[in-house]
Amino acid sequence: MGCGTSVTGSRAKKSERAIKAAILIQRWYRCYMARLEMRRQYALSIFQSIEYAEEQAQLQLSSFFTFMLHFTHLNETDTDLISHFLNSPSDFNTAGSDVQLLEYERMIVVPDSYHGPRLSFPLTVADTNSLLHAFKDQQHLHARYVLQLLHETKKVLKQMPNIIHLSTSYSKEITICGVAWNWMIFAIFYKNGLPSEENPYLFNGDFVDRGKNSIEILIILFAFLLVYPNHLHLNRGNHEDHIMNLRYGFTKEVMKKYRSHGKRILNLLQDVYSWLPLATVIDSKVLIVHGGISDTTDLDFLNLFKRNKMKSVLRPPKSSTERNHDQERTEFVDSPIIRVKRCLPGQDFAAKGMTRPSSSSSHRRRHTSDLLDVGEHRWLLHDGINSGPLLEAQYLDSSVRMPNVPSELTAKEWKQVVDILWSDPKNQNGCTPNKLRGGGCYFGPDVTARLLKRYNLKMLIRSHECKQEGYEISHDGQVITIFSASNYYEDGSNRGAYLKLNPDLIPRFVQYQVSKCTRKQTLHQRVSVVEWSALKSLREKLYSQRSELIAAFRQYDPNYTGRISATEWASAVESVLHLDLPWRTLRSRLVQLAPDGSVEYLSCFNDLEIEPAIKEVQPALVETLYRYRTDLEIIFNIIDKDHSGLISIEEFRQTWKLFNSHLKIDIDDESIDNLAHSIDFNKDGSIDFNEFLEAFHVVNKFENK
Amino acid sequence: GEEEKDGQQEEQLFSIIADIQKKITDAFEVFDHECNKTVDVREIGTIIRSLGCCPSEGDLHDMLAEVEEEEPTGYIRLEKFLPMMTKVLMERRYRPVPEDVLLRAFEVLDANKCGHLTKEELVKYMTEEGEPFTQEEMEEMLSAAVDPETNTVRYRDYITMMVVDES
Repeated sequence: MGCGTSVTGSRAKKSERAIKAAILIQRWYRCYMARLEMRRQYALSIFQSIEYAEEQAQLQLSSFFTFMLHFTHLNETDTDLISHFLNSPSDFNTAGSDVQLLEYERMIVVPDSYHGPRLSFPLTVADTNSLLHAFKDQQHLHARYVLQLLHETKKVLKQMPNIIHLSTSYSKEITICGVAWNWMIFAIFYKNGLPSEENPYLFNGDFVDRGKNSIEILIILFAFLLVYPNHLHLNRGNHEDHIMNLRYGFTKEVMKKYRSHGKRILNLLQDVYSWLPLATVIDSKVLIVHGGISDTTDLDFLNLFKRNKMKSVLRPPKSSTERNHDQERTEFVDSPIIRVKRCLPGQDFAAKGMTRPSSSSSHRRRHTSDLLDVGEHRWLLHDGINSGPLLEAQYLDSSVRMPNVPSELTAKEWKQVVDILWSDPKNQNGCTPNKLRGGGCYFGPDVTARLLKRYNLKMLIRSHECKQEGYEISHDGQVITIFSASNYYEDGSNRGAYLKLNPDLIPRFVQYQVSKCTRKQTLHQRVSVVEWSALKSLREKLYSQRSELIAAFRQYDPNYTGRISATEWASAVESVLHLDLPWRTLRSRLVQLAPDGSVEYLSCFNDLEIEPAIKEVQPALVETLYRYRTDLEIIFNIIDKDHSGLISIEEFRQTWKLFNSHLKIDIDDESIDNLAHSIDFNKDGSIDFNEFLEAFHVVNKFENK
Repeated sequence: GEEEKDGQQEEQLFSIIADIQKKITDAFEVFDHECNKTVDVREIGTIIRSLGCCPSEGDLHDMLAEVEEEEPTGYIRLEKFLPMMTKVLMERRYRPVPEDVLLRAFEVLDANKCGHLTKEELVKYMTEEGEPFTQEEMEEMLSAAVDPETNTVRYRDYITMMVVDES
């Protein structure tokens, strides 16, 4: 142990210790980060599950509409009410008359006090600039200009084929954006330049329905389309659909901003949507659609039919008389409109046959077999076994036959469009119905390969799904998903991206993240925000189905101890909510655990309560109103012909009764009458339903008001 | 009597194992994007760590070797992962780093015993020694660890904050 050796020895020892310490810290840190990452993944899957469940709910609502139209027990007045539901304004449209552009100037006066942009047609860059400036300053465009803009846009779109063919030979690069909503478009224009002849763009659908500025985005896109019709391209997305807009908020936005002209704007917009091209092909090599494809996608067929017949994907097609049995039979059986039995508050859980033993969460996020197991409700189009074409719908516990809703689309046309607007890629071979969304398919790499080969294409670009990094490459590079809406679910939830395609057809991705925070947040802070938001949504969802959940829990707890095992809890929740989520892992964030590890199942409802608008309303009714408030809102909005926000008491009562019978809700007429009268605050016979519905929201008991 | 007790214990053991296996499967499925019981090999570390284990990179490497296919496909199957991970959890291997041990580790790096590390010192140790951080990892750690007022890493406070975050 000489001096020299000991110094080296101790230095070496010190160094060894330092290395060990470093490894320890690194080890610890990586574990911490991994757990954060896991929490983020869970949060995103919560958002995604809820979103897709909403889409399913939307499809159920549309089947309700169709049912209502043909409900045979109704008397005269009721039928009148019903016809309002499905006869959208454009059905009353004077189809032949084509209003001239100038007519609008005659019809609508723009007052001098209006300081917003004044458009002059044909539009020029001066107009698009003034629009951009105006919207940055939160101004609205006057209704007359909106109508004129839509009018002109429709004219231009009508000239286009269903599938647009583009070439990159004259421009350097084309920028492709998918689902760019709200102010994302400004960010993209800022980063990538405004659309022009040298800077062409393609927007791959879903321009509306999220955020509060959908109409402004549409205006901007259409304005650029009019100025550069060969350099600003638009594909139709599944949200360019008036029934979707009813549920997802765009309709409301327009009515709020445009009051008396809102309806006309929405009518015209319906037409404009239906004239949006369905697909784009670049250099005959790259196919771009909003959703995806299916194993029956036929581009030639898609290019030929009259695309504007497809007003809304949620209106089922007429039954096809010329049927090739084999092919079209499969199409019908796999028809994506799937009805789901709704379990009603307080109803006996077991009687519904929904009890599940320990759930095998075999497929995550894709497979919802639990839904289909319950009776397998489907729309079936028969050729008319007894008499003419009929629509047979499994409605709750029985089958209802009704004369078909007249629609001009054939089943094949309808399916072809639904497939390209709603499908999602999957990584296994094959093509299966997209049960999660309720429309379109899941298509595998083999389907892609076959299609690309058949049409001599190189790749497929699509959007439709939120991707954490803003884009994703799948099917061996043959499919690209491009998603431009950063922070889709919540601030910090995901990046956005757009794609630049050069003449070599090699894509280049540009990613970004828009954030409210200017200070850079740590990952922990970002994840916490997203996670908190996701859990909040999830708790609200749990709360909205409280009665059913409690009934399900009680199945496992016949002695009312208030506790069940973790596994039982997870099974019950899964079977009621039909959200494919890792319930076991989320459990600790949602509910309290007893010391022995069992779950105190009532605790997940502790922090929330529904604030009812009226004190006298019974709890069961309150819960039902809360649960179906979105549906009710849509229905009320449709009844409210003049969009005044008011409906008569009689209309309210009738609507409610019909809704009752659709869902077999056990609430007696007298309660409804009482409710109706108590909502009529000023006793003038009319109800402000927005106020009424807005009051039925869930509040956190401990939140600061 | 005795037999009954054994039977009970066995049952308890089975239920513990079942519980563990469900936890593992849940975590696995988060990354099973194609719903075919496989995950990308690069996600295995995250999965293992999220289950409460705290392996070093070297440990991870060893675990991976156990579950990879003979001819690596880039994917790990649940079939192979589950038994390995169950054993790890049952044997309570790769336990997390306790707070006091972590503190001592920082103190080792703090040669002058002044209660804090400079940013440069931390970067040097984390990116040059042990199992070095990537630039991204380093940046992320600095964003939370560096006290903006003094521009140093007051590691005691940092540890306390991180521990609170987790709970």
